[in-house]
Amino acid sequence: MATATATPVRSEKNEPKPSKPKDTRPFNERWLNKKGWLRRVPLLPALVFVVIMTQLPFLATLVVSFTNWNANYPDEIAFGTLQNFATVFTDPGLRASVFFTILLTVTVVLVSLAFGLGIALLLNRDFLGRGAVRTMMIAPFLVVPVAAALLWKHAMYNPEYGLFNGVLTQIFGASAPQPDWITDFPRLAIMGELIWQWTPFMTLILLAGLQSRPGDIMEAAQVDGAGTWQTFANMTMPHMRRYLELAGLLGTIYIIQQFDSVFTMTAGAYGTANLPYTIYQTLYNAQDYGLASAQGVIVVIGTIIIATFTLRTLSSLFEEGN
Amino acid sequence: MTTALASAPSKLAASRRASNARARHLGSRRANFALGLLAWVIGILFVFPVFYMLLTSLHSEFNAATNPPSFFAPLTLDGYREFFGASSGASPWPPLINSVTASVVSTIVVILLAIPAAYALSVKPVEKWTDVMFFFLSTKFLPAVGGLLPLYIIAKTIGVLDNINFIVILYTAMNLPIAVWMLRSFLADIPVELFEAAAIDGAGLVRTLRSIIVPIISPGIAATALICFIFSWNELLLANTLTSIVAQTAPVFLTSFVTSQGLFLAKVCAAATAVSLPVLIAGFAAQDKLVQGLSLGAVK
Repeated sequence: MATATATPVRSEKNEPKPSKPKDTRPFNERWLNKKGWLRRVPLLPALVFVVIMTQLPFLATLVVSFTNWNANYPDEIAFGTLQNFATVFTDPGLRASVFFTILLTVTVVLVSLAFGLGIALLLNRDFLGRGAVRTMMIAPFLVVPVAAALLWKHAMYNPEYGLFNGVLTQIFGASAPQPDWITDFPRLAIMGELIWQWTPFMTLILLAGLQSRPGDIMEAAQVDGAGTWQTFANMTMPHMRRYLELAGLLGTIYIIQQFDSVFTMTAGAYGTANLPYTIYQTLYNAQDYGLASAQGVIVVIGTIIIATFTLRTLSSLFEEGN
Repeated sequence: MTTALASAPSKLAASRRASNARARHLGSRRANFALGLLAWVIGILFVFPVFYMLLTSLHSEFNAATNPPSFFAPLTLDGYREFFGASSGASPWPPLINSVTASVVSTIVVILLAIPAAYALSVKPVEKWTDVMFFFLSTKFLPAVGGLLPLYIIAKTIGVLDNINFIVILYTAMNLPIAVWMLRSFLADIPVELFEAAAIDGAGLVRTLRSIIVPIISPGIAATALICFIFSWNELLLANTLTSIVAQTAPVFLTSFVTSQGLFLAKVCAAATAVSLPVLIAGFAAQDKLVQGLSLGAVK
């Protein structure tokens, strides 16, 4: 797998990759010799800690997902039921939250990526105050997510004193339309706030990608008379493909787990409950541990599928970078 | 830029060939100017909500709630006084201190655990080190909700529900994989000869770490610490599920502003600004490190 292609990166820098001789020593010599352990000791505290804190809870979730454990009926716990998974896939409310999770993630990631690419291309040019604009662009990402959601809920979307309706009044006068943004367009309201926060993230990664384009080749293209569009389509985009994938996939990982905005802006009302929020609610309000765990397992499986693609992208960047 | 544009047309008549060349040049200059302007407009649009948050936090409640907005109303610190509990008596200091504890302590522990681990993954790599790297990364893709329930039950059973130390441990686990990835990417940039020289001089692991690695990668350690700090400071789901009163963090405190309470916009904006301030300052100060951290060291 990954090991087959990525051999120790440090040695590759100057000399060509040496072919690794196959280690034919028996297992106990390879793993239990003193030198091997000395190498492993610095790694172990971190590794053991992460295994205990991340793998064990998930295993427990997996086990609980096959029980009918409900905190309200603590004496009737039984293992070996698929009921929770049946419920996850048949309950229309849950199915809706699965669909909304997908819709939210895909929309926010694609729109932020498109905006991010456009803005990164603009910021990659030389103009007066470029540094200042770049700093301004980063700002939304540095607002604490709950604070950003509160800001949009109360200061931007509020129908009576929010900025959007305020600006509408300023432009159209007393007869201006004054929609109640969160109630009238709940999904768009959440998407808008998230796109505002995540476009800077995409911009930063894509801008770094644009700036890593080999300058001499780009110049050569210009000398050869390649037009702006030609250079963009034939040189920039192929180079940027990886960065687009990386930004898109990392964004997907974060937004599929999105909880703060849904919790703050709508509390899952008006069809905006995504899976993380639904799980939180099943756990908190319904106290149905078995069902909450089954939902958790579904999210994890969905994420693993996406993560596999991300890891592949990262490992190719990883090799290219060294 | 603009002056050059204004004087250009008179020179265009000189010769056909030159005028064509110049026209092309002029066109691209004009386009450059327009695109620079567009970048400014977009930048201002994106930063405006942040600016509006700051401005509103400095207005009186009455001026904050007008429609259309009163941008030029007199400034006051009343919103901040209210946030710090002037009339309600609910002080945000305990949550803020909890957040500082959780973020700072977990970040320190993360760095202390991640440096040796990164060393074992790059300088003298253990067998199958890429597998270990991708294992660390894969844990980042495990959504927190996937482990939320057992963590809740464990915390409840052993009595660490609403205990900031438990949050510190969880944030350490949350950020350790990112830190290992980032620090490894910095360590991999150190020339291998340096370690060979140190080994010839008889420096052991601890000595090598202390006198060679840490001094060289201190900018990298700072970048890593910044990212870990931001992620811990921002975290809501775990804190909201596992703390209630005593160990409440700043984001959990902010959720008390979720429902509208009459005239309170200035107070909300003051609260959002105050809680975001550490992240805004740290992020602006280390802009260049931000992208490296966000891409887990893949983009430099």
